[in-house]
Amino acid sequence: MPEPRRRGDDAAEPEPRPGPGAPRAFWSGTIAFGLVSIPVDLFVATRSGGLPLHQVTAAGTRLRRRYFCSKEERMLDPDEIERGREVEPGRFITVSDEELDALAPEKSREIDLRRFVPEAQIDPLFYERAYFLVPSQGPTKAYRLLARTLQETGRAGIATFVMRGKEYLVAILGAGGVLRAQTLRFADEVRRPADIGLPRPPEQIDERCSRALRKALEQLAADDLDRGLLADRDRQRLSALVEDKRSHGADLIRPDGDDDDAGEDTDLDETDDSGEVVDLMAALKQGLEDDEASGGPAPAAPAADDLAGESKSRLYERARDLDIAGRSRMSKDELADAIRQHR
Amino acid sequence: MAARAMWKGIIRLGGERVPVKLYAAVQDRGVHFRLLHRSDHAPVRQALVDPGSGRVVPYGDALRAARTGDGDLVLLHDDELAATDPEPSRDIRVLCALSPAAVDHRWYLRPYYLGPDGAPGRYFALADALARSGQIGLARWVMRKKTYVGALRLHAGYPMLMALRNADQVVPLEDLDVPPPPRLDARELDMARQLVDMLAEDFDPRDYHDSHRERIEDLIETKRRGGRVRHAPAPPRKPAEDLARALEASLKRGRPDA
Repeated sequence: MPEPRRRGDDAAEPEPRPGPGAPRAFWSGTIAFGLVSIPVDLFVATRSGGLPLHQVTAAGTRLRRRYFCSKEERMLDPDEIERGREVEPGRFITVSDEELDALAPEKSREIDLRRFVPEAQIDPLFYERAYFLVPSQGPTKAYRLLARTLQETGRAGIATFVMRGKEYLVAILGAGGVLRAQTLRFADEVRRPADIGLPRPPEQIDERCSRALRKALEQLAADDLDRGLLADRDRQRLSALVEDKRSHGADLIRPDGDDDDAGEDTDLDETDDSGEVVDLMAALKQGLEDDEASGGPAPAAPAADDLAGESKSRLYERARDLDIAGRSRMSKDELADAIRQHR
Repeated sequence: MAARAMWKGIIRLGGERVPVKLYAAVQDRGVHFRLLHRSDHAPVRQALVDPGSGRVVPYGDALRAARTGDGDLVLLHDDELAATDPEPSRDIRVLCALSPAAVDHRWYLRPYYLGPDGAPGRYFALADALARSGQIGLARWVMRKKTYVGALRLHAGYPMLMALRNADQVVPLEDLDVPPPPRLDARELDMARQLVDMLAEDFDPRDYHDSHRERIEDLIETKRRGGRVRHAPAPPRKPAEDLARALEASLKRGRPDA
């Protein structure tokens, strides 16, 4: 039985995770706008909140969350783990990333915008998570053109696509010259008031009460959203405790050596991602700066030695295009090698 | 069948009180797998490990610590952590009223329906007040030892609370200094707009289905019966070489079958 999650514990996800450093594109692929293809990298536009707390020994050694085989009581490497469904007691059907990708090969690499809906018609109930799209290769003119057109028409391009083995409904929006993506919940993931059993409105509204509430709303009217009201108070209190103890030298441990980044890519814990956000800004800026060739032919595919500089998700993407077997278990370097051998 | 409420609170708007129940508005439809050891298909379990010694540390023996800016660790004891919990309260305090456009979609985290707690008179008066003012409220409450800020608004005539992300969870796009766009060709802009118009529709969430869930279930069923699964990668698409020509061809092609 896993220990119930405690506050500050980081989520453990079974997903492959690129190492620290370069911002990780969550997905790489193409936006299809009619017959215009726009290669993009997709980055998460939100960060995990809260103050990251580590699990440590009394001596301050940071503990790692690892997977164990329940039969052999042995620690497992991430590549020794696969996903399975129990179809009858003790019998599991396993599925690999390759099999899941192959279920919808086009959808896992393309966001095909077939409908454009008024952005204002999308009920907030459906919005799930915000992403940025960064042009990933070649001229950015088509990207810019779509961003501007969406912004000026107030429309969102809608599509479904597959990311990491799961299908997402997505709205592509233009704002400030940048394309944003917003994953949406599917209709059957959102309950309707009737599903909850909410009562029907009465014939007669309590006018006096309604008027009093409206007056109270008027008195509280503000023009803009004050980000200060959205400050994370729980984190502030926790940070104050940490700062207080630090300044008094209470329970303060100086870890010997830098234990922290070693083995990070095989660790199951989320890392603090605030550093990556800055890098994401740089990536977005850089992606939009190469415009001199706009309208000209797209540059040829990057040379083999460029592979070293590619993100793991992009390498995985390429390996998938080449249908390289075992790609989901490969490290970044192994992926690059396998792609080179395919040329 | 009425759903079960997850929490009860009291909306406090100025001097007014509206007792409400909270209901989750989203339901999980995801496909779930267990994680297995590849070679023997035994389910895996998680444990904390001391990376130096490789020794398993029972959860109860692990301490929690926060890292300071200098890279030092500050140990935090359970009683100290408990003391930083927010004060428990039933109040859902409306802090201010805003136009709905003031809160954009990047903030939205998770919606909760509100239902009346007890007699529904004040509850429907709240729905009426929100509808007639055209405003949304920004409210703060403490639920299960966590502080939330949410938008109090209507959905299909019913009041709801849309929990919002905290300020440090949303990347401020406003801060981004995007390089100015290249001069876009007027004719290309015009064709792009025509293409959007040609594909314009109203948004109806029921038009879209997660067919991948079905495909995954089919895959599992096929494999259960001993069937083989083919891998058939599709060729990747190439970026258009001539943007104007690609737009023109798209317009000529007309609406593809959705």
